[in-house]
Amino acid sequence: MLLKRRTILAGLTASSAALAAPMLMAQARPRVVVIGGGSGGATAARYLARDSDGALDVTLVEPSRMYYTCYFSNLYLGGFWDIDDLAHGYGSLAASHGINVVHDWAVDVNRDDRTVTLAGGDVLPYDRLVLSPGIDFVEDSVPGWSVASQNRMPHAYKAGSQTELLKAQVENMREGGVFAMVAPPNPYRCPPGPYERISMVAHVLTERNPTAKILLVDPKESYSKQALFEEGWAKHYAGMIERVGPDFGADNVSVDPEAMTVDIDGVVEQVDVCNVIPAQKAGRIAQIAGITNDAGWAPVVPANMKSRMDDNIFVLGDASQQGDMPKSGFSANSQAKVAANAIRHELLDARLFPARYANTCWSLIAPGDGVKVGASYEPTEDRIASVEGFISSTGEDADLREQTYAESIGWYNGIVADMFT
Amino acid sequence: MIDRTIIPLALALVLAPVVAQAQTPARAIDLGDAENGAEIWRYECAACHEMGAGAVDGIGPHLNSIFGRRAAALDGFPYSESIRRMGRDGMVWDFRRLDAYIADPYALVSGTRMSYQGLDNAQERADLLAFIRLYSDSPANIPEAQPTATRLEIDLPDRVLAISGDREWGEYLGNECVTCHQASGAASGIPSITYWPEPRFVAAMHAYREGLRPHQVMQTIARRLTDEDIAALAAYFATIDD
Repeated sequence: MLLKRRTILAGLTASSAALAAPMLMAQARPRVVVIGGGSGGATAARYLARDSDGALDVTLVEPSRMYYTCYFSNLYLGGFWDIDDLAHGYGSLAASHGINVVHDWAVDVNRDDRTVTLAGGDVLPYDRLVLSPGIDFVEDSVPGWSVASQNRMPHAYKAGSQTELLKAQVENMREGGVFAMVAPPNPYRCPPGPYERISMVAHVLTERNPTAKILLVDPKESYSKQALFEEGWAKHYAGMIERVGPDFGADNVSVDPEAMTVDIDGVVEQVDVCNVIPAQKAGRIAQIAGITNDAGWAPVVPANMKSRMDDNIFVLGDASQQGDMPKSGFSANSQAKVAANAIRHELLDARLFPARYANTCWSLIAPGDGVKVGASYEPTEDRIASVEGFISSTGEDADLREQTYAESIGWYNGIVADMFT
Repeated sequence: MIDRTIIPLALALVLAPVVAQAQTPARAIDLGDAENGAEIWRYECAACHEMGAGAVDGIGPHLNSIFGRRAAALDGFPYSESIRRMGRDGMVWDFRRLDAYIADPYALVSGTRMSYQGLDNAQERADLLAFIRLYSDSPANIPEAQPTATRLEIDLPDRVLAISGDREWGEYLGNECVTCHQASGAASGIPSITYWPEPRFVAAMHAYREGLRPHQVMQTIARRLTDEDIAALAAYFATIDD
């Protein structure tokens, strides 16, 4: 028995050696399947294909033909960008890098057979699987709200038609009406995102509907860039925004989409537009693959973003539980490069480099008033740990804020080029 | 108000006797105050461009005889594809085009690698162009001064400048850079960092690491780079498409 097992192991070793020499055995190109074409998945697919010069067979599974970035969708809400400015296609990944782009849903992962099943019925074998599925919402985290009622109360936290809907609702709100947001508990995608959104809605209402009010219902004690947002709101939108925190019951909130009411610990508020951003968890395919924990996220090895539950699977971006990095497009892009290097090392014997991670998040508070927060990160045994961080200061002059805003546009152009060209 | 058309000649007498001896042709366009332009050059241009005897290409091309030169005409300088295309299409630098380019580089050449936000003030542009024009009349008119380039912004030991960068390591480290600084060299809100001479790249990163250059993101990034990391990045970005 032992001998037989050794024979099999030897066979495996021999075939891995063949995989590592694709020029000699072209039919044995190692296969990498990437699920999810956002900041993590598109970056990983592009770097894997580009840096392996055809030695890897890379398939990207993404249901949408056009990807709308969630980041900067607030600028669209604020009237600064068009919806098309957020949209990016996958043509260049196929044409310039030879990636097999499949527009379908991944509905199953068989970790024993190492296959992915698509909704259309196709089965994709893999040597390594990259999961970058983003987020799903935790059911009943805001009682009364469900995906069925997302037209009455949009989440607009996956960009596209939901974002367009929310923008239309804000712009058409009755004069003097109330815009409410139910903000999510930690952890969630884009920590400053809800507050940048409040800023952009306030900007639109100041221009179009200045007697309107904004009610921010927030279950958290504190939030990202809080001092900067509070300073900006007082400066640009004085008297318009009211935040209700957990000290006044915001951790016990339900909604009634039909009646358009928000119940804050028994106090019922009638509102005109209601943006519900529910609690979040890893995208569904990560749960189907069985690599998520009780909290609903996929724990990963800090040094390379490999799932702690399966050596052949890497998890990137919002879906991963890695430590100190925020769930952001920048983080996912950064993590993807580390994972791509690790995968090329495992499958092609490419030179392995130590992981280095970084993140910066820019937010727009008002026209030309941009701020940022960021940090560099390193892997430790148990987590990706913050090494050194920075944040914009309150009281900065207008020129610096304008420059920070210009820089954020530059970053956007940079990251989408890094993902899609 | 002094008649501007006489100022270039008057200044040429002060600044550069060589120029004064030449027959300065009458100019159809009013140029500005070259002395003031020299000051603007120091703050706005000299970090990247050289002019004068022996001027060479740096982060940007040298600008001797830029007036009348076809766009992207220097052999050996890694121009952006955008400006090469304009050169092929026949664009020649004259006052009007230089003025438009300096006012808003991206408006004239959308894919330029020149990381410059533009000079709004028309008088300052005229002054600057008057100064640049001194180096363009003809080769004989180029003042025999030292090239205008500034020294490296930070004193670095020879040992640091001598490090031969590990380009492959630089490419991996550079993955972090290209999230913001586009690998194509296009600059829109964030500067281009491709095809810099390596010593300039090394000096810039050391200046961030030491806190001489102010920028929170860049300082944070630079502080975890070793001398070898910086040399590797310089080696990679100096030859990014090779």
